[in-house]
Formats: sequence, C-alpha cells, structure tokens
Amino acid sequence: MSTSTERGRAGAAPPGAGPAGPARRKPDSARRTAWRRRTPYLFLIPALLLELFVHFGPMLAGVVMSVLKLTQYQLARWWEAPWAGLDNYQVMLDVDQPTGASLLHSFLVTTGFTVIVVAVSWGLGVAGAISLQRMRAGRGTLRTLFLVPYALPVFAAVITWRFLLQRDNGMLNHVLSDQLGLLDGNAFYLIGGNSFWSLCVVTIWREWPFAFLMIMAALQSIPDDVYEASGMDGAGPWRQLRSITLPMIAPVNQVLILVLALRTFRDFETPYVLFGGSAPDAARLISVEIYQNSFQTFNFGLGSAMSVLLLVFLMLLTGVYLTATRRRA
Amino acid sequence: MMPETPGYRIFRRTTLVVLTVFVCAPLVVMVTTAVKPLSQVQSGFRWIPTEPTLRPFVDMWSTVPLARYFVNSVVVAAVATVLSVSVAVLAAYAVSRWQFRGRESFRLAVLSTQMFPGVLFLLPLFLLFVMVDRATGLELVGSRTGLVVTYLTFALPYAIWMLVSYFETIPRDLDDAAKVDGCGPVRLLFTVLLPAARPVIVAVSIFSFMLAWGEVLFASVLTDEQTRTVSVGLQSYAGEANVYWNQVMAASLVVSAPIVLAFLLLQRHITSGLTAGAVK
Repeated sequence: MSTSTERGRAGAAPPGAGPAGPARRKPDSARRTAWRRRTPYLFLIPALLLELFVHFGPMLAGVVMSVLKLTQYQLARWWEAPWAGLDNYQVMLDVDQPTGASLLHSFLVTTGFTVIVVAVSWGLGVAGAISLQRMRAGRGTLRTLFLVPYALPVFAAVITWRFLLQRDNGMLNHVLSDQLGLLDGNAFYLIGGNSFWSLCVVTIWREWPFAFLMIMAALQSIPDDVYEASGMDGAGPWRQLRSITLPMIAPVNQVLILVLALRTFRDFETPYVLFGGSAPDAARLISVEIYQNSFQTFNFGLGSAMSVLLLVFLMLLTGVYLTATRRRA
Repeated sequence: MMPETPGYRIFRRTTLVVLTVFVCAPLVVMVTTAVKPLSQVQSGFRWIPTEPTLRPFVDMWSTVPLARYFVNSVVVAAVATVLSVSVAVLAAYAVSRWQFRGRESFRLAVLSTQMFPGVLFLLPLFLLFVMVDRATGLELVGSRTGLVVTYLTFALPYAIWMLVSYFETIPRDLDDAAKVDGCGPVRLLFTVLLPAARPVIVAVSIFSFMLAWGEVLFASVLTDEQTRTVSVGLQSYAGEANVYWNQVMAASLVVSAPIVLAFLLLQRHITSGLTAGAVK
C-alpha cells in the first residue's frame, strides 16, 4: 500500500529533516503527496483512456449496434437507427435461412480449420524443438531460420504463398506435376475445395514457429540431471520423451494451445490476403463472413450481432478450456 | 543425455529436414522470383532464374506508389511505437511500484483485449472515428492519425507485461535510496528505472513496430489512397491484366527484410518476454 510506502519513507528520512523550519517543510510535504495513493492512477490514465477509446468503448457500441437495424444510410447517426431487438440474432441463428446457413457453414469451416492448424502447429513445434534439443552444431542457425516465418510480416508471407499456389506458374503445381509427376495436369489451390487445405498449410507455416518457440523455452527449464538420472536407469530417448519431456512441458501446452486456438479461430488476415477479399466457400472463415456482412453487404447490425456471438463463443471456449485443463492438472 | 538410438536419430534428422524445406521453400521462391524478368515468371515456374535481373527492384517503385506507402508505414509504425512504449512504461511503472485498488483488474483487462477479434471493434471504431471527426474536425478516418491511435493499443498488452516483469527485477533498494535523496516518482522513473530497462525497451519497441508494420485489417479500412501503408499497398501490384509477381516479391523482400533482421538480431530479448509468461 502507498501508506506503508510513506511510512517507510518517513522512517528512513534523515534525522533533522522532519522538524525543520517552514521553508523546508513545504517541498517535503509536496514530495510526500507525490507518492500518495492517487499517483499510480495518474500513470495509468494514458493506457486506460486508449483502451477505453479503442477497445472497450467500441465493443460496447458494437453490442448496442447488434440490436439495431443498421445499414449504410444511418451510419452518420447510427444511434438513431431503428430498434431491431433480437431480430439480428434471430436471423443469423435461423439455419434454415440463407444467412443462418451461411454463418453455420463458416462456423464449421472455422472449427475444422482451427483444430487442424492447432494440432499440426503444435506437433511441428514439439517435433522441431525436441529435434534441436540434441543438436550440437548449427542449432542456433536452425532456430533462427525457423523463426523467420514468425518475423515475416503477414502480408509478405501470405502474398508469397499466393504466388506459390498459382495454378499456371506457381511452385506447387510445378513440383507436383512436372517434377514428381504426382498430378495429371495442374490443380487449382485458391478456389474450390482445395482452398481449405491451402489456407491450413499457409496458416500452419505462420503459426508453428510460435509453438516451437514456446516449447523450446519450456525444454530449457528441464534440468539436464533428470535426463541423466533416467539414462542411468536405462531409459532410452523415446522413453525419456514420453515420461520426462512431454509431462514436463504440459503446463506450457495448456497456455500455448489456448493462445494458438484463439488466434486461429479469429484469423482474418491470412484468408484476406490469400484470397483477396472474397474467400471461396470452402475457406470462408467466420471473421471473413462477418467482414463481408458488414463491409460488402452493408448490413452492419447483422455484422455486429455476429461479432458479439463470436466474442461470447471465444469467452465460453476459454472458460471451459481453463476449467477442464485445471481440473485435470 | 543418453546416446541416441538409430530410430530416434532418423526421426530427428527427418524432422529437421522436413521443417527446413517447409520453411525455406516460400523464402527461396520469394528471392528467386524477385530477380526474374516478368516474361520468365509468366512462362511457368522454374526454381533457378536463368536470366537474373535487378529490374524488378527498380520497376517496383513506379508500378505502384510504393515509396508513398513505405513512408506512410514508417511514419505510422514509428509514431505508434514511440507513443505506445511511452504509455506502456507509465502503466507498467504504476503496476510494478504501487499496490492499488484495481491493479489486478487493470492487468486482466489489458490482457483480455488480446482475445477480441479485430472485426468486432473495427466497425464501431470506424464510426467512433467519424463522430470525433465531425465533432472536433480531427481527421481520424483516412488519415495516419487514426491508424496510429489504433495501433497504439495493439502492443500494450505485451509491452506492459514485459515491462512489469522487468521492473520487478530491479531491486527496491534502489528506489528507497532515491526516495531518501528526495526523488519524486517521475524522477525515480527517469533516473533509476528507465536507464536499467534499456534492453527491454528496445525489444518492446521492435515488437510494437512489427505489429504496426504488418497489420492489414484496420489499414484496409482506415486508410485512403494517400495514406495507404505497405501492408495493403502491396496488393495493388495485381493489375487488371497482369500481376507483376516479380515486383510483388521484390517489394515484399524490401519491406520485410529490415524488420525480420531486427527481430532475428534481438530474438532472445523479444522472445524471452513471449515465453516467460507461459513457462512460469
């Protein structure tokens, strides 16, 4: 508490500083007020104002908009848009109507996408980290190389992939059909059913280094003598992996998988850059669905309602996940 | 550690080879395509450029106003970084040096903003900017200012987290000594804490700059032709008839290389903050 800080300060003050003349008391009390209870809030004001202005204020406004019938004509005075009650929610949850069906479709696509991306990214991260763990020469170089996809700005990385996946002059078709002869003729990767897998691969390319990084850090916290002791008991590398490494990194996995899942579920930038604005049906993630409803069909009330639903879902997911994993641990 | 079994060694080497190929393939394509003439890019893919040329690195500046995008990105990212690191320093100082009501709520609230999907507050924020614009004449939509204000908050959770953990490692004895000397809170921050925290501040700044440099969603809605940043501007190489893939790759390389290098050089500092929270 700040009071204890003050007391500590008063106690530590050099003798003679207290009962000084009025001339000295003034700056001293001014200094003391500077360490008062109010001070921390002054330092917090800029961060608080920014968070309110950019995050929390707009989020509340978004909740309000979700119960309005808001189109581009009322944007200038959105708070005067006609009340819609729960109509927007009703429309989007009615899976027999095109809007609801489309939302459900994108929800399922996003769920499948998230499960695949998180599982593979985590797997690659673990495999990469434990493979580097036993390496002597070149470890730092490979670590640095593996971090490049993480450091590369998303637009540069994804636009490169977009080129790789071109049908006629892309790298993938060249390798698969010209060099390996696996394909008869060239396949499309950015439209149709393949676009889902393309989106998965590109996202995994960008996400797995993060898993790798976290697991590398976790591995470093396992002391070497644990391995040595178990080695003396005759445990081989596979046994050590199963009985030491994996259990020891479990707490990191708990956070890592949650962070990966949250990030992947609401991903917008990868499909947006990869497919350029209009994502194919097979790869239409929920963020893209919301973006299209808001900024292409200008049904902002509906878009807001979908965003609220997405946030509520993510919060529930986080809550359930944390409860479930804590109980097990 | 135990000597490896042959099976384990095969697994390990295969993993490393597969990962290296997976990571490198796009990077190699990016570099080789950037030095090919357009005709060669369009006549089917080849790994090795047969007529290497640096033309794309020259042409890319005139096909689209890349220089303008570049300046916009630099200005937006630099201003956002300076301001957001300053804001984060003040907040982290309060959190690490005082016990006050709402301290935990503040930390949680800031962390929770990382969970918000961008699309959720994009439209309300856009409308809020329009309102501010009308009420005060401060142009936030289509200007760099609006982007700066938005990006300012993106790095705050990471920056505050990282600075708090660092400030907490600086011994309180230093504070107490300074206080006895009659040092006020502001002077304590500037004379004791900040000089000691220089490496963290550099790491946090790079991270914040990276976030602003790479952001696509808000940049696509909040900018116009004059204020467009590279993250959106790169897409304009796709003309009606031709996509200048060689120039796209050259431009991608040029706008990413500095930031990637900075990240890799300072990787230990930057990533220690990312991983510390989870490992603890």
